[in-house]
Amino acid sequence: MIQIENMYKKYIMGDNVVNALNGVDLHIREHEFVAIVGPSGSGKSTLMNMIGCLDVPTAGRFFIDGYDASKLSDDQQAEIRNKKIGFVFQGFNLIQKLTALENVEMPLIYSGMRAAERQKRAVNALESVGLGDRVHHTPTELSGGQQQRVAIARALVTDPPIILGDEPTGNLDSKSGKEIMQIFKNLNAKGNTIILITHDDHIAEQAKRIIRIMDGKIIEDREVS
Amino acid sequence: MGLLQAYKMAIKSIRSNKVRSFLTMLGVIIGVMSVITAVAFAEGTTKQITDQLSSLGTNLINVYITGRGSNRQVTYEQLKEFGDKNSEVISAIAPEMSINSATTKYGTNVRDTRIIGTTSDYEKTKVRGAQSGRYLMEIDNDNRQRVAVIGTAVVNDIFDGNNPIGESIKIDGNVFKVVGVLAEIADGSDSSDDDQIVIPVSVAQRMSQNSQINNYAILATDSESVDAAMIVLEEFLTKIYGDSNSFRLMNAAQMLDTLGSVTGTLMLLLGGIAGISLVVGGIGIMNIMLVSVTERTREIGIRKAIGAKKRNILTQFLIEALMVTGIGGTIGLMLGCGVIFSIGRMGIVPSVYSFKWMTLSFGISLLVGVIFGIFPANKAANLNPIQALRHE
Repeated sequence: MIQIENMYKKYIMGDNVVNALNGVDLHIREHEFVAIVGPSGSGKSTLMNMIGCLDVPTAGRFFIDGYDASKLSDDQQAEIRNKKIGFVFQGFNLIQKLTALENVEMPLIYSGMRAAERQKRAVNALESVGLGDRVHHTPTELSGGQQQRVAIARALVTDPPIILGDEPTGNLDSKSGKEIMQIFKNLNAKGNTIILITHDDHIAEQAKRIIRIMDGKIIEDREVS
Repeated sequence: MGLLQAYKMAIKSIRSNKVRSFLTMLGVIIGVMSVITAVAFAEGTTKQITDQLSSLGTNLINVYITGRGSNRQVTYEQLKEFGDKNSEVISAIAPEMSINSATTKYGTNVRDTRIIGTTSDYEKTKVRGAQSGRYLMEIDNDNRQRVAVIGTAVVNDIFDGNNPIGESIKIDGNVFKVVGVLAEIADGSDSSDDDQIVIPVSVAQRMSQNSQINNYAILATDSESVDAAMIVLEEFLTKIYGDSNSFRLMNAAQMLDTLGSVTGTLMLLLGGIAGISLVVGGIGIMNIMLVSVTERTREIGIRKAIGAKKRNILTQFLIEALMVTGIGGTIGLMLGCGVIFSIGRMGIVPSVYSFKWMTLSFGISLLVGVIFGIFPANKAANLNPIQALRHE
C-alpha cells in the first residue's frame, strides 16, 4: 500500500540545513492501523506530509497504492490526494461558510462527480458517522466532536484506501476523542488503512502498530498486542 | 470540476460578503454607467445637430447678408447674373425672404404660419417640389402673381385636409390663389417645414414693403463643386461689399465635417475618462481579491489538500472576479439606460441607445475582471498547501 525506501527530506532555513527525514524506510500494508508517534520536531509531520502527497521528498523512493509518488507534479499530487487519501486534521479544517453537506461534497466536486450522485454519497458518509440529522448545519453550529466527524465523513466520501489523521483527537475532550477513535477503529475493521500521527501514547496504544520517530529516523516499529 | 461548480462557488462567496462585493462592484458600475451615458449624450447631441444640418442639404450653400458696416447691397439680379457666369459650379440661386408669422385665412379658418418669398429655383435648392398642383414658376415672379404653394400643416388646419388647389386664401389681407401643396417632409407637424407657404419673392417684397433680400439658398452643381462655389461666391460678395464681414456663407457638408471631428474628439475624451474609471474599478477589484486570497488562505489550503488542482483554484477566483465585474457591468448598464431614458424624457438630448457601446463597455468590464482577477487568482492557485493549512 505504502512503500517508503530510504527517504530524505532537507529544508534550508537561513544558513542551516534541517534534515527533517533522515533515511526513512517504511512499509505499510493494506488494512493496517498504524500510529506514528514522536515528539515535536521529530519529523513525524514531515512524514505525514510525504504520505499525504502534500510534499515531495528530497531523495528516496515512495510508492503509494502502486504509483511512484516521489516525483509528482502539483496537479498529480492533487489527484492522488483526491482519490487515494482522506485527511482528518487536528483543527478539523472545515470551510466555515459551507454546510456539513457541502463540506463533505467538496472532494467529489474536484473529482468531477455529478451533483445528484455527489449529494447521495455525501449524505451517506454523514450518516455513517452519525450526523444524518446535521447535514445542513454549518461548522459553527456543531460541537468539536461533531465537526471532526464531518471531517471524517469528508475523508471517507471518496472511498479512499488510506485515511490519514493528523492528531485527530488533539483538540477534543476525552469523551469526543473516544468517539472519534471508535470511528477510526470501525473504519479499520471495515478494511480502510488508517494512519494516525500523534504524540499521545494513550491514543497510539489503540492502533495495531506503533512507529516511533526521532530526529528524522524510525527508532521503534512494533505491533500492539 | 465544471464551470458550473466554479460559478456556484463564486455566487456563494459573493453572497457571503454582500457589502464588500457591492463596494467592489461599485467601480465597475460607475465605470460602465458613465461610459454609456457619456457616449449616449455625445451621440444624441451629434444626431440632433447632424439631422438638422443634413436636412439643409449638403450641396446647399446658405448666404446670409448681414450688411454690417456697408451701405452697398447685392441684388438678386446681380447674384443671378453671377450664377449664370459660374454655371459649372452653381446650378441654382434662390432668394429666401421670410415673413415669420403671417395670418393666413380661408373662409373663417385662421392660422399663423411662415411665409417664404422665393423663386422657382427654390424647388431645386431645397430639393422639394409640390406633391400636388404645381410649384412656383418664373412667370409668377415676373408678373407678381399672387399664387401660393402651401405646406401640409396649413392644408390640414385651415382646409381641414380638403383639396386646397384652386381655392383662394388671404395672407395678411392679400388674396392668394393656392396652386400647389408642398411635398410633405415633416409629417405635417406644427412649426415644422410643413408649416409654411411659398410665394413669389416679388410679391413678398411688395407685401413687406422691403426690397432687400438678406438670405439666399445657392445650390452647387455637385458635392465636389461646393468648395469651388464657395470660393467664387466669397470673392464676388467681397468685391461688392468691400469686406467679408457683411455676409456669411454656410455649407452643411463643411459643418458636418467640422462637427464630426469635434464630436469624435468629444467621444474620445468622454470615453477615455469613463475608461479610466473602469480601470480604477479594476484596480479596486484586484485589491479586494488580494485581501480575499489572504483571508481565505486556509480555505485554499483545505481545498488543495482534498484534491483541488491549481486550475480549480484559479478558475474559482477568476470566475469570482468575472462575476463581480459581470454583475457590476449589468447594474451599470441598467442604471446607464435609466439615465439615458431620463435625459431623453426631459428633452435635453434625444435618447440614443448605442448597442455597440453597451456591448463594448460590458465587454471591457469583463476584461477588467479577467486582467485584474488573474493576478490574485494565480497567487491563490500557487499557494503551498502545507503552508496554507498552517495559516491562521
